[in-house]
Amino acid sequence: MPSNDAPHTILRELTSSLTAYHDLVQEILKTLAELGWQEGELFGVHMALEESISNAIRHGNKEDPAKLVRVECRLSQNQFWAKVCDEGDGYNPDAVPDCCSPENLEVPGGRGLALIRAYMDSVEHSECGKCLTMEKLRPAASDC
Amino acid sequence: MGVLHRIEVSESANISVVRFKDQKIIDPEAIQELGLELFDLVEKDDRKKLVLNFSNVEFLSSAALGKLITFEKKVKRQGSELILSNISPEIFQVFAITNLDKLFTIKDSEADALAVL
Repeated sequence: MPSNDAPHTILRELTSSLTAYHDLVQEILKTLAELGWQEGELFGVHMALEESISNAIRHGNKEDPAKLVRVECRLSQNQFWAKVCDEGDGYNPDAVPDCCSPENLEVPGGRGLALIRAYMDSVEHSECGKCLTMEKLRPAASDC
Repeated sequence: MGVLHRIEVSESANISVVRFKDQKIIDPEAIQELGLELFDLVEKDDRKKLVLNFSNVEFLSSAALGKLITFEKKVKRQGSELILSNISPEIFQVFAITNLDKLFTIKDSEADALAVL
């Protein structure tokens, strides 16, 4: 079981296959569960990881087996922090159409990013869109 | 209808009730297969009234949502009717975040869905 004090760090390089990251996601969710994160909170973390990593593989690396996706995580009782980077050409996240506006409801794409933003407290893009950093905080456990 | 790997279909009066076999709809190949099995219901079998019962579904990705959106378009094109039911609060939130609760007709229970079709 991970220590409740120092953040638990995970650093992994994944191949660009849409089935290559499920074990890592399960490892992160298991670690957070051991740190006391609840089922509803884990659902949001699961969604953010699933969408960010699959976006990096599908849209970033275009499933090119020669390219890697790098995932770095810091996990603690009250913080989930992750940085997901791909080796693609980058993109402008502001140019992604709003998937949720009435005229775009039936248009594919953009939903993954909307879900990440909804479930995380902060989401930032860097390296010309090749990296996504996200964070979810939860209240510190009471000693009482 | 051949062997179905991703869904189970039962008939209630003239309504097809579809349940998902997977609790987590994430795997791209499974989503692809799910799409083909759903599309056949309206394009090949010409079913006119359908209920998608989500009681078994604990998690689904945006790729799965994309497949459901395509299915909804095909249902409309065939002149069929579709209602989603038994969606857990967590999954309903996913529909609400992406505004898909406005695109789909959603009922709390299968009985509610059957009552309005």
